Amino acid sequence: MNKVVKNADDAIQGIRDGMTIMLGGFGLCGIPENSISSIVKAGIKDLTCISNNAGVDDFGIGLMLQSKLVRKMISSYVGENAEFERQLLSGELEVELLPQGTLAERCRAAGAGIPAFYTPAGFGTEIAEGKETREFGEKQFIMEKAFESDFAIVKAWKGDTDGNLIYKATARNFNPMMAMAGKITIAEVEELVEPGELDPNFIHTPSIFVNRIFQGTDYEKRIEQRTIRQN
Amino acid sequence: MLTKEQIAQRIAQELQDGYYVNLGIGIPTLVANYVPAGINVTLQSENGLLGMGPFPTESEIDADLINAGKQTVTTLSGSVFFDSATSFAMIRSGRVDLTVLGAMEVNDKGDIANWKIPGKMVKGMGGAMDLVASAQNIIVAMQHTNRSGASKLLSKLTLPVTGLGCVKKIVTNLCVIDVTPRGFELKELAPGISIDDVHNATEGNLLAEGEIPEIQF
Repeated sequence: MNKVVKNADDAIQGIRDGMTIMLGGFGLCGIPENSISSIVKAGIKDLTCISNNAGVDDFGIGLMLQSKLVRKMISSYVGENAEFERQLLSGELEVELLPQGTLAERCRAAGAGIPAFYTPAGFGTEIAEGKETREFGEKQFIMEKAFESDFAIVKAWKGDTDGNLIYKATARNFNPMMAMAGKITIAEVEELVEPGELDPNFIHTPSIFVNRIFQGTDYEKRIEQRTIRQN
Repeated sequence: MLTKEQIAQRIAQELQDGYYVNLGIGIPTLVANYVPAGINVTLQSENGLLGMGPFPTESEIDADLINAGKQTVTTLSGSVFFDSATSFAMIRSGRVDLTVLGAMEVNDKGDIANWKIPGKMVKGMGGAMDLVASAQNIIVAMQHTNRSGASKLLSKLTLPVTGLGCVKKIVTNLCVIDVTPRGFELKELAPGISIDDVHNATEGNLLAEGEIPEIQF
């Protein structure tokens, strides 16, 4: 089976209006830049996006917000985006905020065949409203369910044509769990190589989770907080 | 009164050799600058880095290497990267020895609010709810009052809660407070600050018993 597609335009085929998609990345680090551009170009709308953050005004998921393609965001932190805040306060955009560890685990559970789990995060807060709670060992937990998503789109550093993936540094973040969680998983990589070129000892995402893969181009890798030390 | 740097410096005195520490955004980040001599701690950044190093030089900058505040950082020898689920596994399972974070409000039961101002600010909780639900030891670093002079140490939170009964210690510009079953216990005073000053700036139940020493650096 050939998983390799030519580019992002081909990779996003089948994503339709109203679908739920996962997008890897933390801030602007490790986001699938090429696929986001193609979704914006294709104008696929009414999307529910599961992503830790919502980008900044003119980059990342912020580009999808600008084009009003997102109906609902499921995230843990959405600061740094004025257009997001405007759409949220005006009621154009729905947002579900979740604790970051819960967001990660709901992705992991989806990819691991686990329908739900208990976590202490958010007990006693408005996050727990409407959710089942249970006591284990004198501590209170809330039940959280695995996400369901039509597509997961991840960004890796290196991948082979079978779909094995290796991430770089903290650009790994949510990508491995999301890669496992999509009904269809799209991986864009900086460097696409032949099977056998990646050391099996150091692969992060096994190929079985990846359905489509392509080598991306022109990565900007924008830095949100450029902090340096003086020597 | 303490500066932000002095608040961080005082909190750094709580560090113990071998600690794994998670530092939040703002004043907590500064704690890393004041680790006492002879103490080795490992910083955990919840976006997937254990063993966080200092900010990079211009030539070391790597867009793929950031901390949870989205700042560019570096690694140290022994550093490790991991995914977000593994990161919060470390946090939920109680392996992070100390968490330092900022707060909008804390009450005298140790409840904390720091993620939302209804109708005004919607940024989200990030990793804060996971951290406060599971951390063994939580120290809050903050100003004692808000910009309009109202106390941030309350008997009852006015903002949406982040976690219940989790704050153990608070270091503000005015003092060091331990949160105990009896309420806010005043432990140390900033230079030039009196017990009355702290009382006036504290809406919640404050106990000041015996001689209260001045914060030492």
